[in-house]
Amino acid sequence: MTLPLADILAILPELIVVAAACLVLGLDPITPAPRKQWLAWLSVASLLLCFGLTSLQLDERVMAFSDLVIIDPYACFWKLLLYAVTVLTILMSLAYLKEEKIHLAEYYGFLLLALSGMMIMVSAADLLTIYLGTELMSLSLYVLAGFKRAEGRSLEAAAKYFVLGAFSSGILLYGISLLYGLAGSTRLSAIAMSVATRRLDDPALLLAMILLVVGFGFKIAVVPFHMWTPDVYEGSPTSVTAFMAVASKAASFGAFMRVFLEGLGGLKANWHVLLLVVCVATLVLGNVVAIVQTNIKRMLAYSSIAHAGYALIGMVVAGQAGAEGAVRSLGLASVMLYLAVYAFMTLGAFTVVAMLRKGGLEGDEIEDFTGLSKRQPVAAFLMLVFMVSLAGIPPTAGFIGKFYLFMAAVQAGLAWLAVVALLFAAVSAYYYLRVVMVMYMREPQASARLEPRLAASPVTAVVLACAVAGVILLGLYPGPLVALTNQAVLALK
Amino acid sequence: MVPLSAYVAVSAVLFATGLIGVLIRRNFIIVLMAVEIMLNAANINLVAFSYYLESMAGQIVALFVIAIAAGEAAVGLAIIIVVFRGRLSTNVDELNLLKW
Repeated sequence: MTLPLADILAILPELIVVAAACLVLGLDPITPAPRKQWLAWLSVASLLLCFGLTSLQLDERVMAFSDLVIIDPYACFWKLLLYAVTVLTILMSLAYLKEEKIHLAEYYGFLLLALSGMMIMVSAADLLTIYLGTELMSLSLYVLAGFKRAEGRSLEAAAKYFVLGAFSSGILLYGISLLYGLAGSTRLSAIAMSVATRRLDDPALLLAMILLVVGFGFKIAVVPFHMWTPDVYEGSPTSVTAFMAVASKAASFGAFMRVFLEGLGGLKANWHVLLLVVCVATLVLGNVVAIVQTNIKRMLAYSSIAHAGYALIGMVVAGQAGAEGAVRSLGLASVMLYLAVYAFMTLGAFTVVAMLRKGGLEGDEIEDFTGLSKRQPVAAFLMLVFMVSLAGIPPTAGFIGKFYLFMAAVQAGLAWLAVVALLFAAVSAYYYLRVVMVMYMREPQASARLEPRLAASPVTAVVLACAVAGVILLGLYPGPLVALTNQAVLALK
Repeated sequence: MVPLSAYVAVSAVLFATGLIGVLIRRNFIIVLMAVEIMLNAANINLVAFSYYLESMAGQIVALFVIAIAAGEAAVGLAIIIVVFRGRLSTNVDELNLLKW
């Protein structure tokens, strides 16, 4: 049997990422220590190449490998976002990993492998490929979470992430196996046809759907499947936390939306209710528990849970009875817009946290930000921008993201949900602006734990510039991104 | 001939065993074993359905799952070994540096 060339060309970006990962891992032992940075630059170069290739595929709709993989504008949107996130993560890691003394080339290899898993997830048209992509992503992230081998907290994060990640994959797989038994196929299109002919209160079908919600719920970290998030985000190296918080959440949302709309669209009356409950619980718990956190990585972990809750509003809108056509598209497009916006602001915030990393000190307690505006005015100002954007205050991108989601909710007749989300956005302003208050209103203590030097390099400055430019430009001029998400959503049947 | 319901029942029992095992056992290695039981419960389902539906897809998925389970065990055991080196314990309850 030979593989058709057209199929190979369709997944060329994935192949390049996997090849780059293998190359990085293979070259690692023969690269002298001072030159290890070249492997990071090799990874960045491969991602820029993929960025170009995927941009060329943006208008296509190709099914490859007998319908296991689909390349459509929807998949390409997520891939472009994931490349951007991975490049920024690699660049911010350069200075941070040196500070942590874990500057090893495997790090970049595993980042690329995780990325390839995510790319497979978002362009999967079959439950088998979705499962394989999820596992490739998760297995790489387990290793990355424990990358600070000498530190107990990092290992503990890896252990907890592994147990709960493997547990959730098991649940997801059992759901997939039941769905296969009911539909006779793992293709999303075949499942959609089979669901259409079934009674919607078929208990086996409902059980399979619930198991899938649980499995994906763990991956996107929504209440009540969020327990691992704060521990893992706090313990992992900060650059890995940023990558997990942004990339794995975006990819899981990408796969989640495709499975539930293309595969289980017929069941939307059922999953709509389930997601509505999860969404409200996530908004409440994420925002309220974030208030009492004293560690900034933990606070950002709860904030990332809350943001997953906001993004779920778009899914709830798409599942709302009577929401067809324009309203459904608006709901789904706003999920994608929100996650893109969230990527820039969260990456930026974590980069600032990573810069405060110092010798033996973590710099990840909110107290460590005391009087930062006096010691590091630029870093403090950037943190201010990211916090304001996370709180959703105009003219930042965070506002645009929330605006589109709330507009979708109102148009779908879920005005009360928009009001609840708005109230909890106000609650979230409290804990985000507290960081700003600590930075600007308090005098640096004489016994400040941190010295003035930052764990930064010119490359870190580039990352921060990109993140802040993303936050401000998307806030002032969201047009092109909105157009891109609208085009992407049309591909989702 | 064994009816399909028998296979599904065995698989459901195995899945429940694995689920409860992860939730109540405190030893990291036993938790890992419980996760593997969950994966194999799904495998039984896949192969049984594949046979009764006369479609090969399920068996192919099961083969992939077996490969992934091996990868997962490798990563999991590696993590256990590093944790054990530091703390001389594989008890999940002793992983308590991080909590809110």
